Amino acid sequence: MLYARLILMRLLKAAIVLLMIIVFNFVLIQLAPGDPASILAGEAGAADEAFIAQLREQFGLDQPMYVQLWQYVSGIATLDFGYSYRQQMPVLDLILDRLPATLLLTGTAFVLSLGLGILAGSMAAMRVKKASGSLIMALALVFYATPLFWVALMAVVLFSVYLDWLPAYGMFTVGANLDGLAFAWDVAKHLVLPATTLGLFFMAIYTRMTRTSMLDAAQQDFVKTAKAKGLHPRLIQRRHILRNALLPIITLAGLQAGQMVGGAILTETVFAWPGIGRLMYEALMQRDYNLLLGIFFFSSALVIAFNIITDLVYRLADPRIKGAA
Amino acid sequence: MSFFARFAQNRGALVGLIILWAIIAMALLAPVLFPDSPWRMVQRPFLAPFEQPGFWLGTDTMGRNVASGLMHGAWVSLLIGLVSTMVALAIGVPIGALAGYYGGLVDDGLMRFTEFFQTIPNFALAIVLVAIMQPSVTSIVLAIAIVSWPPVARLVRAEFLSLRHREYVEAARLVGQSNLTIILRQILPNTLSPIIVLASLMVATAILLESALSFLGLGDPNVMSWGYMIGAARTVIRQAWWLSFFPGVAILLTVLALNLVGEGLDDALNPKLARER
Repeated sequence: MLYARLILMRLLKAAIVLLMIIVFNFVLIQLAPGDPASILAGEAGAADEAFIAQLREQFGLDQPMYVQLWQYVSGIATLDFGYSYRQQMPVLDLILDRLPATLLLTGTAFVLSLGLGILAGSMAAMRVKKASGSLIMALALVFYATPLFWVALMAVVLFSVYLDWLPAYGMFTVGANLDGLAFAWDVAKHLVLPATTLGLFFMAIYTRMTRTSMLDAAQQDFVKTAKAKGLHPRLIQRRHILRNALLPIITLAGLQAGQMVGGAILTETVFAWPGIGRLMYEALMQRDYNLLLGIFFFSSALVIAFNIITDLVYRLADPRIKGAA
Repeated sequence: MSFFARFAQNRGALVGLIILWAIIAMALLAPVLFPDSPWRMVQRPFLAPFEQPGFWLGTDTMGRNVASGLMHGAWVSLLIGLVSTMVALAIGVPIGALAGYYGGLVDDGLMRFTEFFQTIPNFALAIVLVAIMQPSVTSIVLAIAIVSWPPVARLVRAEFLSLRHREYVEAARLVGQSNLTIILRQILPNTLSPIIVLASLMVATAILLESALSFLGLGDPNVMSWGYMIGAARTVIRQAWWLSFFPGVAILLTVLALNLVGEGLDDALNPKLARER
């Protein structure tokens, strides 16, 4: 019962945030230089007059502001994100078309970085005063400070141009017409570089988080009890410290979902990965504001959904947490 | 122990400080060593590094000197990093201070507002803002500030919450000081150390954000920046790796140095909390 109410509360909160983003988008369209009609048309004021006039009527731009806002909000509420005049397709279709590629890339990068980050972080926490622990933390700091797009480009130079091990661009070999396992293998090969580059930055973050979280957990009373019982230090590390350190890491990791969107934009741009991030770059290049704002709204919605899911999983996993949203 | 002695105990922080000084020197010396505009074509295009004296880092696709672009770019990166952090502080500190000091409804309202900005994917928001406002140094600074103030507000709020019922604050209230005076003269000065540490890390993040925006073609078209250099060389990466390599190293070193200095400041300003390392 309590759980159902909690979910309801979170959904209500999410709906309010999404509504605010829609209003925010609307304000941005008004703020953009030039006529909103020409922006919706994806033109920098160069379209012919009759077309603009028709658009103005179609979007009700001759109506008062509050009517326009209402039309905009109700449009998005019915999943009508408008039309991309540049790509000659509804914005929603364009986004849904590219969604699977992005989910594959970010999902792989997330699992990869979380797994390796927890491993590296717990190794560093167990070797606090040793050189190997410091080395892990130094590497994590370097990866944290490295621009993602630059790592991506250098990976292309090294692994694709010089070593010729992995494909650098796209999601599958164009024109190869593979199917079944051969296709999956082809996609997997294309996935290695983008997922690793995107994962490296987050691995650095998770490594640092895990180390801090484990050092915190090591200060707890139950660790003293375990030591007093005479348990083997390794067993204490694994059973008592790591297990208790893991939960906060997973919540914090969930909060990084917004960062993952930014990372995906850069990685997909470099590797020509046909996902939402690449679509955003294309919209940017063509000054297709309607598509740009549509992607912005959609990616925000994804992040919010992901946050709710991690929060609920967290509460399920740790029954000690009971409380309002 | 003096402030600097505590700072210097952290070896990494000293290294960071040296790198940072070198980069500041690069920015300051740029107009002296390369008085010409970094946009000027000065040699044949695609000159490889270490081949021609005077062009140690080679030339780009248009025959512009990479070393000159690198030094002029240092100025832009540091400036945008610093100014956008200032603007973010100017937004975040008052919001956090008001929320923490007054609590109740004010706190609720301001924190919902902060959460809203924390939920939206920040790089995507920065892209949308710069694209709509048109790329310029001003719009980039504003966009970076708008996406990076929430952590400041949360930090300042937490500090105010813990300080607002301290004895010295109650004493100030008792002698009849106004709320504004208490906020500005009594509580705020005591929250400065964590703000300074956070700000140094924010400059690093701002430089990364700026380079990513410029990389995507959202840089100010009038100023040379590291991100732009990498973005412009992206299509010729197979022929000329050095065009992307050197600016990337410059960004990496700057961001790394700022992070190291930030950790050192943390140790020096919060000696009680100095972490095990």
